[in-house]
Amino acid sequence: MTVNVSMNVNGKTVSADVEDRTLLVTYLRENQRLTGTHVGCDTSQCGACVVHVNGKSIKSCTMLAVQAAGAEVSTIEGVANGDELHPMQEAFRDNHGLQCGFCTPGMVMSALDLVKTNPDPSETEVREWLEGNLCRCTGYHNIVKSILAGAKAMRGA
Amino acid sequence: MNEMLDTGIGAAVRRREDNRFLQGIGNYTDDIVLPGQTHAHIVRSPHAHASIVGIDKAAAEKIEGVVAILTAEDFADYGGLPCGWQVNGKNDEPMKEPKHPILAEGRVRHVGDPVVVVIAETADIARDASEKVSVSYKELPSAILVDDAVGAGAAAVHEEAPGNVCYDWELGDKAVVDAAFKGAAHVARLELVNNRLIPNAMEPRAAIGDFNRGTGDHSLYTTSQNPHVIRLLMGAFVLNIPEHKLRVYAPDVGGGFGSKIYHYAEEAIVTVAAAKLARPVKWVADRSESFISDAHGRDHVTTVELALDKDGNFLGLRETTLANMGAYLSTFAPAVPTYLHGTLLAGNYVTPVIYCNVKAVFTNTVPVDAYRGAGRPEATYLLERIIDIAAHDLKMDPAELRRRNFIKPDQFPYDTPVALTYDIGDYEATLDQAMQASDYAGYAARKAESAKNGKLRGRGLISYIEACGIAPSNVAGALGARAGLYEAATIRVNPTGSVSVLTGSHAHGQGHETTFAQVVSDMLGISYDSVDVIHGDTDKIPFGMGTYGSRSIAVGGAAIVGAVDKIINKGRRIAAHLMEASEADVVFENGEFKVMGTDKQVGFGDVALTAYVPHNYPLETLEPGLEETAFYDPKNFTYPAGCHICEVEIDPETGVVEIASFTAADDFGRIINPMVVEGQVHGGLVQGIGQALLEGCVYDDNGQLLTGSFMDYCMPRADDFPNFVVSTNVTECTHNPLGVKGCGEAGAIGSPPAVVSAICDALSEYGVTHFDMPATPSKVWSLIHGGKKAA
Ligand code: FES
Ligand code: FES
Repeated sequence: MTVNVSMNVNGKTVSADVEDRTLLVTYLRENQRLTGTHVGCDTSQCGACVVHVNGKSIKSCTMLAVQAAGAEVSTIEGVANGDELHPMQEAFRDNHGLQCGFCTPGMVMSALDLVKTNPDPSETEVREWLEGNLCRCTGYHNIVKSILAGAKAMRGA
Repeated sequence: MNEMLDTGIGAAVRRREDNRFLQGIGNYTDDIVLPGQTHAHIVRSPHAHASIVGIDKAAAEKIEGVVAILTAEDFADYGGLPCGWQVNGKNDEPMKEPKHPILAEGRVRHVGDPVVVVIAETADIARDASEKVSVSYKELPSAILVDDAVGAGAAAVHEEAPGNVCYDWELGDKAVVDAAFKGAAHVARLELVNNRLIPNAMEPRAAIGDFNRGTGDHSLYTTSQNPHVIRLLMGAFVLNIPEHKLRVYAPDVGGGFGSKIYHYAEEAIVTVAAAKLARPVKWVADRSESFISDAHGRDHVTTVELALDKDGNFLGLRETTLANMGAYLSTFAPAVPTYLHGTLLAGNYVTPVIYCNVKAVFTNTVPVDAYRGAGRPEATYLLERIIDIAAHDLKMDPAELRRRNFIKPDQFPYDTPVALTYDIGDYEATLDQAMQASDYAGYAARKAESAKNGKLRGRGLISYIEACGIAPSNVAGALGARAGLYEAATIRVNPTGSVSVLTGSHAHGQGHETTFAQVVSDMLGISYDSVDVIHGDTDKIPFGMGTYGSRSIAVGGAAIVGAVDKIINKGRRIAAHLMEASEADVVFENGEFKVMGTDKQVGFGDVALTAYVPHNYPLETLEPGLEETAFYDPKNFTYPAGCHICEVEIDPETGVVEIASFTAADDFGRIINPMVVEGQVHGGLVQGIGQALLEGCVYDDNGQLLTGSFMDYCMPRADDFPNFVVSTNVTECTHNPLGVKGCGEAGAIGSPPAVVSAICDALSEYGVTHFDMPATPSKVWSLIHGGKKAA
């Protein structure tokens, strides 16, 4: 069955006719052409697909687009202010928190949710928070460093 | 913020590629949508080994939106997937090389073997229709584990490979080595398994085929580490498309680790289908599909023996290995357990004689090929494990035993008994550096502290060497490579002085866009921002062999240096003309051409402009323009080496192993960007520690992959690790222009034996001297509770 699904994505109202089984990640990638949100698995394990729905980080491969109808969704494309990176993005750049970049959007979106509830996380808290985000490149060392630095910059800002 | 002022060689320049990745505006293959694109889904074998009795497409064809359904018959005009390396066994017997068809031809040989391709208007329709394709099979007996596959009465994977043996290869003189063992005061012996791994780059493989009916040009967009190699293999050997009519484009690629080197069936499928349909055809793997179709890694069953004299000097090494090839030979597979493994058995040590025998074995499993380190982790693992066993047997300190047998700095260049010549190194220096960085002396106190908390602490120390910068083409050719292994680069100086670097290396996380620009801007004395690095597109880059085996900077970087040198030479001639000086008097320094001994100079930008606006120019003797291409063929391998020290803490109640600390001291030669190098080490360490603690591919007796998703295959996660302590010690490579060695694989090579050694040390009171990876809690718990506590 085809349904019309509208939601607010990165501050803009968008809408598309999709099959009812369409996942939110597919809706974002295919219908809205926001391809920064990635698909790295089919078992809800990798976190490459993390976006925020109504302010909370969720795995967009594990939610139907219709479930997000009417919601406020933010994706990696909405994080920077124009060309100016968000302090969390800047921290990833400055601390070499990414290599191939495939896990990165999910990592940044997860990190932003962590900092929202825990503005000054410990290293252990960061590592534990990332249990739903896989990275095969960085060995996590610099991702953890980035998130700690990003959190610090956000506290200072 | 934090912008480094210095952007040259050696500076920790922040990566320019990060801007797009951090904003979600990268361009990975799955992000690309071509007009009119269709979607392919592949029906794969659910059986390890079966005959295909029939394929019924009728129900699927009726589904609206299905465009085409293809089977092996549709590929009858094309070749199989080629193997890029021929290994000859004993008596020069060529390896068995059964056809690797694009789609299964009457028989499937592993779970995941592609059988039918369904192409439809949407990915969902293709998937739905695939479920309506009915393939009937007659199951056949299968051979899954290597030791079973070579046993009497084992099922035959290919009729043309009796006993499932692909080749029976040896290196070294067995009689001489056996004699050395006879005279030995002690022989240490160990049987071990190097566990099978699944690479799992986070971006699943994907491919899009496109065809221009007007020009007859084919395009393939693919998740590849080496687009030119794919163009060569697929164009020349599989589909018979000449190179000039085939563009292979590997845009942003989300990690490779070896698994994206190979030419895969799906690339040929979408290319052929796009031409047939005159519409683009896109295929994207599900993760579950990656598990059963990406080449796996490792999977060796080995017996190793080390002979020593009474003082602990090594006298000889003997190894026999069964190496799993899987069901078909993947692109590099035969080279991995032989020339990337047997040749590394000298390690960092003076071992006078070495014998290695490797049987490569076909099984009904996914093909096995190079995975981060490729052969070298297997060599390092068995060597470092047997040294530990010897140290234990002889009651010697493991660090001391290694130190005693190290090749000393004054012994370089050093010819090993296994065909390599190491150019340079200082193994004691990295050992000392790692020991110091790990606070080796303070260990007893840490162990006591752990004991107080009810934990068992252990420490492991290893040395490793690897052969990178693959490879001198004549050597590789003599050893069976069916291609050259040089690299190519073009430096295009644009009229206004900016520079485009076109490199045959491919970045999929390594940061070449930044580091190669550092090299070029440093050499040309121009701003880093005016240098752009372009890679991944066979239509743009003249040629290339791609990125694997830690070769990008050592081989690709050297090609770039060669092209820059040509630019500078030509620039000197132009500058000499402009300054009315003799060419011999013109030097190039800091971006200026200068006449020696005068204050005359002309900038690089002026020379570039003159080359393109040649009004005042030696036109009779010099062509206009400023663009140069260089090919670089390495003179030798490079030999990164180092020392890794791991400390673990084990909870005896649960068997859970925690990495308490991990210290790596590595010699990668000259460092271009220390930040990037550290990142490469971190990533390699986690893959290697993952192998030691968490990862292991498991098939059941029927060849079903039990670890077929991230729910079952244990991927390393952030909370499995501490921060790492990494440092470098530099001896510059003597035979390439940058003095570099490569750093991509070291972490994955050194860490598995370091972790296993540390765990054995922690469990020494239970009599544990070895166990096979991974050290899952249940395995460790059993070692503790099944073992005897020493009195
Ligand atoms: S795609 Fe892997 S968790 Fe969503
Ligand atoms: S940067 Fe490649 S997966 Fe994380």
